[in-house]
Amino acid sequence: MTDNASKVMSMRDAVSRFVHDGDTVVIEGFTHLICFAAGHEIIRQRRRDLTLARLTPDLIYDQMIGAGCARKLVFSWAGNPGVGSLHAFRRAVEAPGAVPLEIEEYSHFGMVARFSAGAARLPFWPLRDYMGTDLPRANPRIRSVTCPYTGEDLATVPALNPDVTIVHAQRADADGNTQIWGLVGVQREAAFASARVIVVVEELVDEQLIRSDPNRTVIPGMIVNAVVVEPCGAHPSYAQGYYDRDNEFYVAWEAISRDPVRLARYLDEFVYGVPDRAAYLKKQPRVARLKAKERLCAGVNYGY
Amino acid sequence: MMAVVAARELQDGEVVFVGIGLPNLACNLARATHAPHLVLIYESGAVGAVPERLPVSIGDPALVTGSLMVCGMADVFQCILQNGRIEVGFLGGAQVDRYGNINTTVIGPYVRPKVRLPGSGGAAEIAIHAQRTLIVAKLGPRAFPEQVDFVTSPGLRPQGRPRREVRMPGAGPVKVITDKGILEADEATGEMVLAALYPGVSVPDVQAGIGWALRCRPGLAAVPPPTAHELRLLRDVLDPKRLFLKQ
Repeated sequence: MTDNASKVMSMRDAVSRFVHDGDTVVIEGFTHLICFAAGHEIIRQRRRDLTLARLTPDLIYDQMIGAGCARKLVFSWAGNPGVGSLHAFRRAVEAPGAVPLEIEEYSHFGMVARFSAGAARLPFWPLRDYMGTDLPRANPRIRSVTCPYTGEDLATVPALNPDVTIVHAQRADADGNTQIWGLVGVQREAAFASARVIVVVEELVDEQLIRSDPNRTVIPGMIVNAVVVEPCGAHPSYAQGYYDRDNEFYVAWEAISRDPVRLARYLDEFVYGVPDRAAYLKKQPRVARLKAKERLCAGVNYGY
Repeated sequence: MMAVVAARELQDGEVVFVGIGLPNLACNLARATHAPHLVLIYESGAVGAVPERLPVSIGDPALVTGSLMVCGMADVFQCILQNGRIEVGFLGGAQVDRYGNINTTVIGPYVRPKVRLPGSGGAAEIAIHAQRTLIVAKLGPRAFPEQVDFVTSPGLRPQGRPRREVRMPGAGPVKVITDKGILEADEATGEMVLAALYPGVSVPDVQAGIGWALRCRPGLAAVPPPTAHELRLLRDVLDPKRLFLKQ
């Protein structure tokens, strides 16, 4: 038994207790629910030598690479969706100088399969993929196995078991029973694969509300180590039903990340220069305009 | 023009795996014209999406609202794509070669590349599993080399062999929709050959943007220009902010 009350803590405490130098860190969320609040706190606490893994590194890992937190990146699509490049990442790969970065690259299916294996505590996951591609030559960890039933050669990817996974969600109770709606990505698999789990939520709710709609629970409290309440913690990413994506910032990142001086200035102003998420949000007047419109669902009868 | 041609390739009721950018626009144009029952599936997990605004990314919240199903990505790749449920996949890329191989990974060598591109995302497995794929790319000698620098998404002759021999479930790229004409896969050789020209375009215009000696189908088809209705939908309804309609 864990003491429920002790799981609810500040972002500063959660990162300080559960994210260590040298860890493999996953901040998941496919476009939706990317926890920038946690990424910023990791930058502020100056964690180093991290292996950062997620399907789409997105702006948050570009910022963490730019801030010098990462030793290695594990990924499957490293771009700024709908805009262009992640320039801190590109600089580190194209002209490794001051900030060398090791990379380990898969496809989306490969990364999903790695988390599935990790969550099931299997050593690898088979998939029908990669024939005819150059990816296995670029990444020798993509291998193959002969099926013992059909004789077919299948590709395999190794399990990914992060030291810590951070998941942003709409709501959880104090024990970390976490509900997500909208795009759910691979958050469930990543959380189950991980040694430690931090859940960051828009709202802390009563256990009774969770129990009223158990099908919406994606992560059970029994695998959660910390619950952080951080409204708008995903901005400039979005939270369905709470706020829309700040597409203007995603566009602006192209020019910011292209210039290391501007990137450093951004980090100084919006990450190092603020003590916490509340102070960050005071510098984001646009956020109010992103508030989600109401599209409520009909609800179901769980009775018997 | 590319969006219009791509939209016309889709048949009503088909299950389409939709990529970012122009394919997104094409699918939504098809849905607004001849294919209202198109089933749009996005790798982010939205199935049967009916976006009320043009999605900026494939993870846009507008894909969720009103969709038939939202599932996790493990389900998308295992229960839908690897299961063989995708009829059409759209792919684009920085480089497309003679056999329809696509490169979205690196220009130059893999280690210390000249240009680091985003990588596969779901493209490699879409190229392998979709029953057929449509490639959408603008012509240019650097965009259409004889051989891509890196095969991210395999075309019609993986490891020099027909796809069936390496147990690839899908038929692969059947067409390449460019900004000047349409290339089609030659069944015997697996090579991309010129099949149709847009209004006002000549064969040398297309060859100028292709890095190998392009063969032509006998009797090249002429692609009809966009109708006033298609243009109005694209410019006024689907992409009024010109997010993807740059040319």
